[in-house]
Amino acid sequence: MSLDFKTGAFNDFFRDETFRGDFTYRNSNPRRFPFPFDRDDYMYSVNMEPHVPGRPGSVFEHIFDVDEHYVAEMKDRAKVLADDPLRCQSLPHMTLAGWDTLELVMEAKARDYPQWFSLTKDGNRWHWINRPLGIEQSFTFLDESTLPYGPFEYIMRQTQGDWTLQDERDGTLWMDAGIATSQADWSVDFDVGMNFHEWHAPVPLAHEKGVFDRALKFLLKLQHGAPVRRFNWTMTVNPLLDTAPETYPKWGPMKATLTPENLGQKQHLRVELQTLYRLPRSNAIAFDIRCYLASFDEIVTVPKWARRLHRVIRDLPEELATYKGFLRNRPAMVEWLAKHDDGAPTSPGWWPDD
Amino acid sequence: MTTTLIPVGAPSITSRPVYAPLEPRPASQHLIIADGEGAEAVVALFGKANDRSAMLAAAQVLYTPGPNGTDQSAALEALGVAQLFRAPTIPALLPRLARVLSAAHMGTQFYLAGTEGLIGQAEREVMNTGFPHASVQKEHRGSTVRRVQCVHCKGITENVATDPFKCSHCGLNLFVRDHYSRRMAAFQGVNIDAEDPGQVPESVVRFK
Repeated sequence: MSLDFKTGAFNDFFRDETFRGDFTYRNSNPRRFPFPFDRDDYMYSVNMEPHVPGRPGSVFEHIFDVDEHYVAEMKDRAKVLADDPLRCQSLPHMTLAGWDTLELVMEAKARDYPQWFSLTKDGNRWHWINRPLGIEQSFTFLDESTLPYGPFEYIMRQTQGDWTLQDERDGTLWMDAGIATSQADWSVDFDVGMNFHEWHAPVPLAHEKGVFDRALKFLLKLQHGAPVRRFNWTMTVNPLLDTAPETYPKWGPMKATLTPENLGQKQHLRVELQTLYRLPRSNAIAFDIRCYLASFDEIVTVPKWARRLHRVIRDLPEELATYKGFLRNRPAMVEWLAKHDDGAPTSPGWWPDD
Repeated sequence: MTTTLIPVGAPSITSRPVYAPLEPRPASQHLIIADGEGAEAVVALFGKANDRSAMLAAAQVLYTPGPNGTDQSAALEALGVAQLFRAPTIPALLPRLARVLSAAHMGTQFYLAGTEGLIGQAEREVMNTGFPHASVQKEHRGSTVRRVQCVHCKGITENVATDPFKCSHCGLNLFVRDHYSRRMAAFQGVNIDAEDPGQVPESVVRFK
């Protein structure tokens, strides 16, 4: 058994597109993009809020947003894992947390997208159908031998977003399982086994502000059934999902290819919708880092976002632009964005005005 | 002499390993692993013991000279511990450590002293055996050279003194991130000239 993608998996909804090579990724409806700035400036904060279903049609409508990029993202993930299996790791004591995660994803998707996913249970005998990917699987819940991969990798090959699973002990969280094929420059292989403060070590400014101490305190209180979410963001040249440190020598040179003419098309705002879930059996915390990409051309089709993105990027502290890896291109970005900012005031919150 | 480990130009790193002076703790067995100048920390440790002879009788020391060639095994021999093993290198010391750990009882106290490379690799062996983190003490002495994993080819370069440096395996120019993995027992090295090949800042000695 394997997760072979059958031909015909794409239909009218799911785009046939690429995140590498010819980069055919596009957003059919840019207004659906989760624009992360609710004001005209930006600084780190914990900024957590309950992850509850939100505005219909938005990325918040369901717990897990299955969008037009789902099938293409899963094909890209399969390619990354074929090249480098170390991108998905689970320490031996995390298998139960993997089952918890599988259950969380399958139940939510079958409930929220019955046209695409189905889960039926007869005791521990489960039957799962994933129509977009052409997968049908009978298995025994909590019996690893009945799946073609471990439970974590099995469901991650069918789930958008990078995920980490945190074991809780000694008053902190330990990243003891993870998958990263759409990450903003961090390495699962290096970080697996680290605690909360260790894996955040390279982030500038935030430690002094106590951001991580407060975030950890908050997370340790996370309750099953009450997930939370926050945004993070960075910049990526070309709609490249896999910006791993491992392959940086391959994609890093792309940052030097921007010109005033191609910037609107090539420069992408990369938004992470981060959600956190307490898992019921393992008491672990699942962390989903879902990546959304939108080109500057797409973003400026919303006038409020055009004005605001210009102001945020222009006024960002230099340390943050350096850490996020776009200091070299910031002047060109600001110059390009300035043409789309008429100086008018912007309304609070991230939604478009109309 | 204890060396403080505030990295040059990176005052914000709060999560790197913390090294405090070794303190004797009550235990049925004391397992001590050290390299180079770490021997001085071991001698100081026994100097603080309330019942020195009882601690010596329950102590086992595994030692190897430091990456700078410092060999203080004579000072350890003079202590008179129940068992002393001197290995020529860290890789030669680790199988012996694994064997000792397989016979160690819960309640054993662990003392690691010397370079970060020795401390990291010994700690990894101890953790892999399932001993609790709280039973391990670490004290950094001597050289501050780093053990660095190239994030690109995954090769480990030992005893890195300069930043940036050339990966001893794939040859890429790497800068040393202040990011440490206990599981790898290594810092992370990342290509510094990926965006502008050949533009490598002048290498400076950051770790001695």
